[in-house]
Amino acid sequence: MSDAQEIAVHPREAPSGFLRKYVFSADHKVIGKQYYFLALFSVLIGMTLSWLMRIHVVWPNAHLWGLGRLSPTGAPGGLMTPEYYLSLVTIHGTIMVFFVLTTAPQSGFGNYFLPIQLGAEEMAFPRLNMLSFWVTLAALLVLLSSFFIAGGPPLSGWTAYPPLSALGKIAGPGEGAGQTLWIVSIALFCVGALLSSINFIATTLDLRARGMKLMRMPLTSWGWFITAILSLLSFTVLLAAGVMLLLDRSAGTSFFIPGGLIVSDKVITGHSGGSPLLWQHLFWFFGHPEVYIAILPGMGITSHILSCFSRKPVFGYKAMVYASLAIGAMGFMVWGHHMFVSGMNPYSGFAFSVLTMAIAVPSAIKTFNWLGTMWGGRLRLTTAMLFAIGFFSMFVSGGLSGIFLGQAPVDVQLHATYFVVGHFHLVMGVAAVFGIFAGTYFWFPKMFGRMMNETLGKIHFVITFVGAYCIFMPMYYLGLEGNVRRYSEFVDQFMKPLMPIHEFMTVAALVTGAAQLIFLFNLFWSMAKGRQAEDNPWEATTLEWTIPSPAPFGNFGGRLPAVHRGAYEYSVPGAARDYIMQDAPAAASAA
Amino acid sequence: MSTREIPIRPVNLGGGQAGQLPREGRAWSVPAHTYQTGMLMALAAIVMMFAAFTSAMVVRKGLADDWVGTTLPRILYLNTLVLVASSVTLELSRRALSKGAKGFSLWLYATQALGLAFLAGQLTAWQELAERGVYLSSNPSSSFFYLLTGAHGLHLLGGLAALGYAAAKAPRIAAGLKKRTAVDVAALYWHFMDGLWIYLLMLFVVRL
Repeated sequence: MSDAQEIAVHPREAPSGFLRKYVFSADHKVIGKQYYFLALFSVLIGMTLSWLMRIHVVWPNAHLWGLGRLSPTGAPGGLMTPEYYLSLVTIHGTIMVFFVLTTAPQSGFGNYFLPIQLGAEEMAFPRLNMLSFWVTLAALLVLLSSFFIAGGPPLSGWTAYPPLSALGKIAGPGEGAGQTLWIVSIALFCVGALLSSINFIATTLDLRARGMKLMRMPLTSWGWFITAILSLLSFTVLLAAGVMLLLDRSAGTSFFIPGGLIVSDKVITGHSGGSPLLWQHLFWFFGHPEVYIAILPGMGITSHILSCFSRKPVFGYKAMVYASLAIGAMGFMVWGHHMFVSGMNPYSGFAFSVLTMAIAVPSAIKTFNWLGTMWGGRLRLTTAMLFAIGFFSMFVSGGLSGIFLGQAPVDVQLHATYFVVGHFHLVMGVAAVFGIFAGTYFWFPKMFGRMMNETLGKIHFVITFVGAYCIFMPMYYLGLEGNVRRYSEFVDQFMKPLMPIHEFMTVAALVTGAAQLIFLFNLFWSMAKGRQAEDNPWEATTLEWTIPSPAPFGNFGGRLPAVHRGAYEYSVPGAARDYIMQDAPAAASAA
Repeated sequence: MSTREIPIRPVNLGGGQAGQLPREGRAWSVPAHTYQTGMLMALAAIVMMFAAFTSAMVVRKGLADDWVGTTLPRILYLNTLVLVASSVTLELSRRALSKGAKGFSLWLYATQALGLAFLAGQLTAWQELAERGVYLSSNPSSSFFYLLTGAHGLHLLGGLAALGYAAAKAPRIAAGLKKRTAVDVAALYWHFMDGLWIYLLMLFVVRL
């Protein structure tokens, strides 16, 4: 037990004036909300793009309203060209991976809650924090601007494989200025993510309140901390690769472009000896940790919420921390499993396979601990809890197929099919989105001072949960049947019998997407009209619930909290209530 | 070491940062050593970036048969001496600050001048290569030379900006009105850039 004492400090004055308070704010809570809404805006665009793709796949002759005006060449008369379909694939993937899955759970919730959960008044470097957000916003605007230029967005997917991404206009519409904008956007995003991760790490290491030992931190804070370390070490590599790709495109270098290429019936001159595989290695050295950047904060949120609403401590807290660290560390050693079909040495493939299998161990530790946390608990099935369970469900359903794909011989068959699409959508896409939803329903009272509507929330959960399975589970079957991905139309005979499944998935996608309007309505309606939230509506234990709702400027109002216990002291035998706050002094547990 | 200098300290794993966080009744502020933590993280990121470039260079050289080695301009060795000297003057500046600030600004200006001289020298090296007809896109070896020296130069420009900030605040720092954190953190970065350049030069000698 710590003898740390709470102390009073001179409170800082909140900025006045609209611009300083809400727009160019250095307050971590405002920045957290800005990131959250940036991700919300992005996810709506990303989802709309997926709708357009799904509609085109099953009704290839459908004229899509408005698309013809957005891109007269990409969709003449509203009828999408195969190239434009690939543009949509690219921007959908880029937006979802970078501006949604990397942004909302880490930069959104992390910025808002990391300092509060650690007992700090601010992030370590507030102005750097503001800069991170504005650079990220600039990155999004640069990316979206590619819709409004001749040629449209690039075709090369979110992985931007050369030579397609390196050759310029000759490689197809969108490969001119569109691809350049993509690289600039991603480079900016990298800079924003790097600045942000420096802030997260310094805050976690140096600004924890008295008594907040590392092993007393909430698992959410652990998630954000480890994610920040992964960001720091991987986005730099992507940035380096991006610079080299840009030089190949604009300065005539040959890092990634081999000699003797013939593209669109023309011989590409001026390049020789470059290696497209070099890009793949650099990209996936970033790309695989990126998967954990998307999912680790969600894992933290899930642990946090499952414990609170099971009224039980997290089962195996330390094992959870070590498992997260192991996942983070091993995430840097498995990138080759994205490249099994690249012709790599079978021994390398074997090594990457074994390491990939090994990651299943810490992942399984986490899932069994989540089960152990819920086991025998007095479950409170709030919407946040349902989404946390949903996260867990999606993570397992998506993760298990990773064991198939992690085997080089199996992957050779399944590579570039819908099996892969189903896998990563469930395990990192939908699971992370469920983490975002869980976090939203859980922390909304603290962020906005009001409660969200639980009935609407549960309807939203049921449709989204069932809908997500209807969209993505059939993809496993399609993949096993050999249904390739990235095709805009399925005209081959063997794929025709699969079309009814595609139609089912498209309808499911439309319904599930439309159901998100319930969420949007609930979100904005509750901000204005929701029931006033108490300080601690969920009877939770961590420091964010010791301060008023919504969290005031300066968080702790001129006091610095002292922490006396771990983050999850629920149902402590002999205690007066079934939860003990982290800042409750020793006497409280004996009361 | 003076008492005003920030000690390099191990990361606190035990939490409960008693003595580091604001004291009773004071305004909340970030402890000075946190800037050092932030800088160390930034340096870790820079290490990863140059590690990526290095591995790309090693792999690219190993893969292709179009590699034509670049003969290093001799001025690079002189530049190296200039950069090492700038680290020395920066330390002299910091020592002056610890001993009562006399000469602090002067050594800081000397560091900036040497930093600028280094960059000018690097540009001269580029010019020499260009005169030999060796450009960015000539062959992979020269591509990596320009890429790595360019990336290092840009990072060094950031260091010059930080030193410029410290120099602008020098009178207030010397008078003890402002903490010397900026100087210490900028020095950490500057020395790292110095070390990074020596690493790059060795890489060029061995691999280019």
